[in-house]
Amino acid sequence: MANHNRTDIKRIERRQFLKRTLGVVGVASLPLPVSQVLAASNGGQNLAPNVAEWSRSQGAPILSPAYGLPSRFEDGVVRTPTDLTPTKTSSWSFTPLQNLNGTTTPNGLVFERHHGGVPDIDPEQHQLMLHGMVEKPMIFDMAEIKRFPQVSIKRFLECSGNTLTEWKQPTGKTVQDTHGLLSCCEWTGVRLSTLLRAAGVRDKARWILAEGADAAAMTRSIPMEKAMDDALVVYAQNGEALRPEQGYPLRLILPGFEGNIQIKWLRRLEVSDAPYMTREETSKYTDLMRDGSARQFTFVMEAKSVITSPSGGHVLPEKGFYEIRGLAWSGRGKITWVDVSTDGGRNWAQAELEGPAEPKALTAFRLPWRWDGGSALLQSRAIDETGYVQPTRQALAKARGLKSIYHLNAIQTWEVSSDGGISNVHV
Amino acid sequence: MFTYKTIALTVLASLVGTGTIMAQDEDYGLGREATTTEIAGWNIDIPPSGDGLPDGSGSVAEGKEVYQAQCQSCHGADGKSGPMDRLAGGGGTLASDSPVKTVGSYWPYATTLYDYIHRAMPFNSPQTLSPDDTYAVTAYVLYLNRIVDEDTTLDAGSLPEIRMPNRDGFVSPDPRPDVVATACMNDCKSEE
Repeated sequence: MANHNRTDIKRIERRQFLKRTLGVVGVASLPLPVSQVLAASNGGQNLAPNVAEWSRSQGAPILSPAYGLPSRFEDGVVRTPTDLTPTKTSSWSFTPLQNLNGTTTPNGLVFERHHGGVPDIDPEQHQLMLHGMVEKPMIFDMAEIKRFPQVSIKRFLECSGNTLTEWKQPTGKTVQDTHGLLSCCEWTGVRLSTLLRAAGVRDKARWILAEGADAAAMTRSIPMEKAMDDALVVYAQNGEALRPEQGYPLRLILPGFEGNIQIKWLRRLEVSDAPYMTREETSKYTDLMRDGSARQFTFVMEAKSVITSPSGGHVLPEKGFYEIRGLAWSGRGKITWVDVSTDGGRNWAQAELEGPAEPKALTAFRLPWRWDGGSALLQSRAIDETGYVQPTRQALAKARGLKSIYHLNAIQTWEVSSDGGISNVHV
Repeated sequence: MFTYKTIALTVLASLVGTGTIMAQDEDYGLGREATTTEIAGWNIDIPPSGDGLPDGSGSVAEGKEVYQAQCQSCHGADGKSGPMDRLAGGGGTLASDSPVKTVGSYWPYATTLYDYIHRAMPFNSPQTLSPDDTYAVTAYVLYLNRIVDEDTTLDAGSLPEIRMPNRDGFVSPDPRPDVVATACMNDCKSEE
């Protein structure tokens, strides 16, 4: 990638020209009238009826490189950092939802939230200790963990702070800014209940402390019911080993729960009869209410949805057909219904769901739409299998006030202006 | 056809053996028992009961020295300035529109302070403070919040006895779903 030849540079200049010409930087993913612009920039040498230059010589050989990368024309599709943290090791980065299709997040684009940076762990020197209120305290190495009966399951992962900048005013420019602390992978590992049975959990045990091997030694207390229900200890995502920033070589997956409790770089599980009241579950991931009290152990991520295309930062180049596309998810189970409004919530139409919806996983929705050139307010509203309806921001604020930071799952609005530009608004 | 080759393969298969298909949730025989020494090296959590607090002690005066050397550059001389988390003050602000969440105004347990300082601080060299220094800096941060007196010394006996101002400020279990919306389809009024 570093060694651009002349042709590469010409292509890059051409792309920069395109971006400038179209007034779009980085986020453009909608169909654009590229042919006219290309024709203006290079004479359209690779467009019909000409035979493109890449059709007239051999392409790159196999293993270019051995671990494949996206096309260099996709180099703008990357995670972006928050500007809210004083360090880059206790910080977070956002998934570019506006550039993705389907419901699986590529491993290199899964959002990050670290509390002490990404440790560089040698898997041969990584162990999982399981102790406390058990019959037999155990220690497992990675090879042993991988020999246990295996499960693979697709589940979303969402930071409890996803959308936190949007409580009081519209802040994020793109869906990456507003909803990008959200990803969905197929996770492979062993059920936590299988490991707990190997150690023998005592009758009075109710909680489990999970601890990471990172510099934050990140810790959260997990209810025993969740541990015995659908909790996983995983070593793979989307078919390959966990990425370092996702907990390599071992992490917890607690489907539907807030992201920070799904401890990465998992080194220790301690079984207890009470929660440990760690810093993260007292002073940090608690939700301050209007009256000054704070909700604690607010684990589940409630039903939420967002339109990813067209969305903030996109430009509709002309009137006509656009498919409204988005994602819906619920920590309580399956998404059963999604509605879309183009008039700011006055009238709604049922969107088509990609099926069959999996519980606690991203579900794609789509609705055909013809833009008439006027202004529009695009919204989506998810309903899950418990009957829960995604609320408005006003309804959430009325119940909780405006200082709880976490768990904002309100309906998002994108305003399409008559010039085709799309921005984040509150209605 | 029944040949010598078939017979040979059959005999071979019976000699090699194929193991036993197991039922789920049998004893897999994986992993080994953790030793007391291994557990002691990793078992660093300090719950509200104070279980696991080590021997040793530290005073507010000693803590001030540790704080100035290890903590002040990120948390300010009085624990009220950045760039990192504010540690002191904020009392009485939680119900206001501008809540200031600090150790003194928000944290429900003093034991959590010891736990967190030991496991994650100082930011660039966690798990390096001695028990004495950890008790001392815990005492100093509590002193900055006027939760303990200037002449206080903390140890495994006294730390869990401290009652934090916001001890009863937390609500659980989770009361959600706390908002019940309806899925109106046509001519809907905006919800207020």
